[in-house]
Amino acid sequence: MQFDWMKIPYALLTLFIVVNFGMLLGAFMQKIGARVGRRYGIPIHQNYLDLIKNYGLRSSITHGTMFYLGPVFRLSGGVGLLLFVPTIHGSEMFSNLSFAGDLILALYFVFFGTLGMALGAAESGHPYSAIGITRGLSQMTAAELPFALAVFSVALQYQTLSVTDIVAAQQGGVLTWTLFTNPLAVTAAMLSFLGSMMRPPFDVVLAPQEIPIGPPTEYHSSYLALMQTNRAIFPIAKIVIYMNLFFGGADNWPVFFLKVFLIYMVSVFVGVVFPRFRVEQSIRWFLVWAVPLGVLSVVVV
Amino acid sequence: MKEELLKRWVKGPDGVEFEVEPLRDYYCEAPPTVMPAAYSKIVESLFNWARSESLWILGFGTGCGAIEMRPLMTPRFDAYRYGVQWRPTPRQANLFIISGYLSVKTLKRAIRSYEQMQNPKYVIGLGSCTINGGMYWDSYNTIKRLDDYLPVDLYIAGCMPRPEALLAGFEDLKKIIRAGKGEGANQYAANFDWYKANQKKVIHDWDMPDYNW
Repeated sequence: MQFDWMKIPYALLTLFIVVNFGMLLGAFMQKIGARVGRRYGIPIHQNYLDLIKNYGLRSSITHGTMFYLGPVFRLSGGVGLLLFVPTIHGSEMFSNLSFAGDLILALYFVFFGTLGMALGAAESGHPYSAIGITRGLSQMTAAELPFALAVFSVALQYQTLSVTDIVAAQQGGVLTWTLFTNPLAVTAAMLSFLGSMMRPPFDVVLAPQEIPIGPPTEYHSSYLALMQTNRAIFPIAKIVIYMNLFFGGADNWPVFFLKVFLIYMVSVFVGVVFPRFRVEQSIRWFLVWAVPLGVLSVVVV
Repeated sequence: MKEELLKRWVKGPDGVEFEVEPLRDYYCEAPPTVMPAAYSKIVESLFNWARSESLWILGFGTGCGAIEMRPLMTPRFDAYRYGVQWRPTPRQANLFIISGYLSVKTLKRAIRSYEQMQNPKYVIGLGSCTINGGMYWDSYNTIKRLDDYLPVDLYIAGCMPRPEALLAGFEDLKKIIRAGKGEGANQYAANFDWYKANQKKVIHDWDMPDYNW
């Protein structure tokens, strides 16, 4: 197979656009949350300032090798997820490094960052990190289940494991989107989406009020900056998968920005309305409401 | 020294005996060093600008002044719009507000928290108690001048200062940082012996290494 080297700079360009879009969108969503609480909210460029400041800190300490690698794994989870799914459908430039079985790889990358983070934060030895990881991994596992079921259902429906082919099959009007052809799978996946966006009601992992900041308790300066970069990339990368699988993908950047914004808004909307779940409540919620929908969607297909 | 901090032999669950020395195992003893600024003046100015606009406060209230910090998070004052946030862990914070009187017992914890913060870091003394003891000027158990124990960048006077005064103080601190004068961490490292001598003069049950990041 001939590899087109030009794909690498194109993929980096995609990454650049997504990082900046993610930073601005993250601040914008925080602003929306603040406005709901009748506050003015942070400036729209605040995330850039925090990032520069954290990279600019003069000292940092380490707790060992895995402590270094934790944020690196986390970032590679986000970047890898983004690079292996096509961002813009039908565009040679922004199809990234997608290939035939990329759906399975994407599923793996969703979990990769969390696991890397668990190893890194565990080495920091802070008890709050350990509590955060326990909560995070159990909640992530419960939330991934309906998503995985929905992905199987979609793969069965279109008889392919290639994200590009799934997007191609949805072209031809709004009614050909998976949202309308397989609503059960989309509902299950969207419920799982709420769980993976680190927003209320499922943000007990970070829980700034009860366990200071959760897994990243010991992370600071450049480590934290790497994780902040990932916080900008990962939600967008995850939403890109959702957009491609369930909402017809995007033909150009304006449609991309709009769809990502609207899908992100779902979690923000739920987040500002509902209070936080405890971990055992959220796991039970996923198992009772989301998993049966996922199973049903696989059975129906 | 407390008994649990002494060096001792411990038998593990698998029957292997190993030596535990809490002061060495849990802490780093290396004293702080003066950290130079970035090589280029432009880069340092950029960093200073970012530092000034992104003040992360350590969520540690030492005295009654802490009650004046909480309204800053509410819709009425909303400090977030000035780039001020609260961080629950000293690792990520870079601004330590000593909020009001500081008892000797709390001073020990304040020193440990301060030393865990990363360079550059700033200290604001909130209220009269941090300047000269305030209404606790004759108390046997509070420190009188905060500047003797930690390098203070800025004082906000009053008993108690209103949240508006705190917002004005943040704006002043931003000017100090942008001018490149917020070098408290380096000052602490350069005059480390002096600060330690002062701290040990008031803290009598000193059961930790001299520097514990």
